[in-house]
This record gives sequence, structure tokens and C-alpha cells, in this order.
Amino acid sequence: MEPARALSIRDVNRLIKMKLEGDSGLQDIWLRGEISNFTFHSSGHMYFTLKDEGSRLKCIMFASYNQRLPFAPKDGMKVLARGGISVYERDGQYQFYATAMQPDGIGSLYLAFEQLKKKLELEGLFLDSAKRELPRYPRTVGVITSPTGAAVRDILITIERRNPGVDVLLYPVSVQGTGAAPSIVKAIRAMNELAEADVLIVGRGGGSLEELWAFNEEAVARAIRASAIPVISAVGHETDFTISDFAADLRAATPTAAAELAVRHSGEVRQGLVHLEQRMAKSLSGLLGKARERWQNAARSPYFTQPRRSLLVQAERLDRLRDRLRHRVQAEHAKAKERLSRLNGRLSAVNPNQQAAFARKRISSAKRGLELAMNGIIRQRQSQFGSLVRHLDALSPLKVMARGYSLVYDEREKSLIRTINEVQPGDLIHVRLADGKLDCQVWGIEGEEQANG
Amino acid sequence: MAKSGSADNSAKETAAPAITFEQAMETLETIVAKLESGDVPLETAIELFQEGMSLSKLCGQKLEQVERRIEMLVEGDAGLQRKPFAASKEEA
Repeated sequence: MEPARALSIRDVNRLIKMKLEGDSGLQDIWLRGEISNFTFHSSGHMYFTLKDEGSRLKCIMFASYNQRLPFAPKDGMKVLARGGISVYERDGQYQFYATAMQPDGIGSLYLAFEQLKKKLELEGLFLDSAKRELPRYPRTVGVITSPTGAAVRDILITIERRNPGVDVLLYPVSVQGTGAAPSIVKAIRAMNELAEADVLIVGRGGGSLEELWAFNEEAVARAIRASAIPVISAVGHETDFTISDFAADLRAATPTAAAELAVRHSGEVRQGLVHLEQRMAKSLSGLLGKARERWQNAARSPYFTQPRRSLLVQAERLDRLRDRLRHRVQAEHAKAKERLSRLNGRLSAVNPNQQAAFARKRISSAKRGLELAMNGIIRQRQSQFGSLVRHLDALSPLKVMARGYSLVYDEREKSLIRTINEVQPGDLIHVRLADGKLDCQVWGIEGEEQANG
Repeated sequence: MAKSGSADNSAKETAAPAITFEQAMETLETIVAKLESGDVPLETAIELFQEGMSLSKLCGQKLEQVERRIEMLVEGDAGLQRKPFAASKEEA
């Protein structure tokens, strides 16, 4: 009978893989076992088997993880490995994918280390701001280490080599075993009470994690931080840090390095002194040069070198000013003069003398005209008069009377008698003749006919 | 000035002035910085220079003092005691 549906091998393997990877009991777990069949592949990945009494498990640790391993795994080594179970689909094989590994036996120490580190870190024991500055020129270096190890010898040789003038005060301690931590703590306190050393080197030569353990103890770390004297930690392990390293003011990889950090090379210091002297000399000569320059500038001033010249300058200036003054005055003068002549011109243009002369001329000519006209008129009137006189003479009654006519006046000789009606017989009348007068009396009146008149 | 305290327990510096190498160096460096700032009257500069040179000389002398003490502290009945120390030649 044919099954309704057959799974492929691949599907099964994939399914198993998903099941395993989804199981939290199989992920991020720690395994304890012994390494066998260890292969460090050229790809950088590590392949090995972990086994214990009754069982074995294939393991792989990829290059990206094993690069940070603090030890070199090899066959027969007991380790603690961290990682998860998964399936290599191609072979249908489940295996352990390790992400971290450490030699077993110190596993508990390691965990304790991590916990303590975290705790002290949170407390601020490792803060950079808590670090003290090392003295640059310590007179006395305090050394806290084993009096018999290579560490103390390295430190002494290094200090001797760099500056034979620096004193060393050694506080012997045991650096491993159960009594190590308390003795280190005591030594640090004693050094501080003595207050003679300017800097402390606390450490030991290299060793296994267990051997270095005293330097991972909380009491030691706290004593280091509490020290009033700056502390250089010198635990001889290049790669791993101890808690003391974090707590110390400076961490040296080895005791020799610690001594080098603590003590400057006297040759360098001497050189530094020479350099400082040179800088002082240079600064001073610079200051002197500047002062000399200022002095020379002042002394070189023309006021000192050629005092007359400064007067000449003033004299020249005076001359120039004088010239300018003269020019200015002349210009003003010319201007005023010109203005005067212009005004004179305008004034003479309106001079009344001429007008007067002109008027006089007009008067005399008018006078002459007047005289001429007057004479004309007189002559004309004279001739008119003459002709009128002749005329009048011609009309004179005397002339008429000379021809025999006479004029008859009343008695009082006031009015001319023109008609007979004006007189009565007996009236006295006067008759004027050309050569005299006759007194007469009317003795008859006789009218005349009008018709023959 | 230094009639009590340090003069007694420091057998090595009986007649030396009470200035440490570090203090001398610091003063010297301050003097150099002051001179280099150029902001000092000439008379002061000359005084500073002289003081700096004598400090430098003093520091040089201190560097020459090579009678080094290497002592080990030992706990005894009367508290801490000192004794000269020489490192053992053997490998540890």
C-alpha cells in the first residue's frame, strides 16, 4: 500500500533541526567533557568530540568564536563549553556548536571572576576618574610581591637599570595559596601607614588562573583602590586581566613593565633637564633679543641720532606754513582788490555827475529852445501887433472924423448919442471933432424919412 | 625649616634642602613655561632663568645620588623592621 505522502530525507533533517533549535533546553547550555579527535582546520574552524564516561558528542567551534579562546584546546583536555545543539543537515548528524570554551576545573573560579568584576564595576571601583596619577619622579618604590620569585628580581634589575637613585621598599607577601590575598591586603595597608613609598607595585610573575587567583580577590581589589599611594598592578599574564588590574591605577603586563612605568630612565630625565635648560636659554635670549631690539629702536630714533634734523623738519614746516600764509593773504588781497574795482565800476556806472552834466546839457538846450521859441513868438506877436495897430489906426474914429465926421456925447460926456430920441430941445451936448470939441445946445429936432435913409 | 621630622628618619638627606626632586622638577617646568610665555619683565626673566638653572643643577645632582637603599620590611615583635634585601640569583 502506497503512503499518502512520503517526506524527503532533507525535510526530516530540517524538521529535526528546527525541533532541536527550538528547544530551549538544548540552546545556550554549558557542557563539561573531555576533548578528543581535535582538529584545527585550515579554515579556522575547530572540530572535536566531547566525551565523558558513557557518551560522546560531536562538536564544532567556528573561527569567529575560537579566535578569542584564552587557551589552546587539545585532546584529553577537560573543558567547559558553552553553545547549542543543532543538526548538520547533509549528514543527518546532530552536533554541539560551541561559542565559548574554557578549561574545566577553574570553571567556577571563572564564573566567580565575572560576577565579582561586574559587581565592582557597578560600584565604580574601576572608573577612570578614580585612577590616581603616578608620581613622575618617585624617590621610593614600594614593591609588594614574593621575595623569592622572578618578579622581585625583574623589578629590582629594571629600577637599577633605569635610575639607580630610586629606593626600593619591599614588602614580602605570599602570592598564591589561601593566605595570599590577606597578606597582600595587609601589605598594602602597611605601606600606606608607613607612607614612605611614592608608588606601589603589586604583583607576581606569570602563572595559571588558579595561581593568579589572589589578584582576583575582592579584598585585594578593594585594598588597591583604598590605597592612598598609587598602585601599579603587575600580574604576569599578557592576555588576561585580573580584578586587581582593573582596580589598580595602572596595569602593567609584567613586573618588568611595572618597574619601567614606575621609574623614569635617569638618562631620559637628564636629557629632559638639558632640554628644559635649552628652552630656558632660548626663551631668555629671545627676551633679551626683544629687549635689545626695543632699546636699539629707541636709540636709533632720529631724535637721538640727528637732533638737528628734527628741528629742520620743524623749520621746513614753518617755512611752508609761512608760504601758505603769504599766498593766502595775497590771494585774499587780490580778491578784495578785484571786488573793489568791480564795485567802483558799478559805482561809476551810476555816478550822478554825469547825470548832472547831462541834465545841465538838457537844461541849456531846453533854455535855448525856449528862448528861440519865445523870440519867435515875440517877433510874431510884434508883427501881429504892428499889423493890428495899423489896422486899428485905419479904423480909428479920429481918421473918420478927419474926413468930416464928428461924435456927439451927452452933457456929461459919458455916452454917445446915436439917435435923436436921446435928446430934447434945449439939452446941452458936446460934439467932438478931429481937432477939438464944441459945446452946443439943441435948438430943434427934425426927424428924417426912413425910406430914403 | 626642616628641623623636625624628615631630617631624623631620612639619614641620607641630612644637609640637603627640603625640596624633593619632583618639586624641583615641577618648579623648573613652571619657570620654563613662564619664560616661554614671553610675558615677563626682563629682570624677572633673568631671575627666573637663574633660579631655573640652579634647580636644573639641583635635579642633576639628585640624579647622581646613586646610593640606593633596597630594604625589606619584616614583621617583628616591635612592629615592622627593615633589613637590607638582595634578590636571590636562582630562578623562581
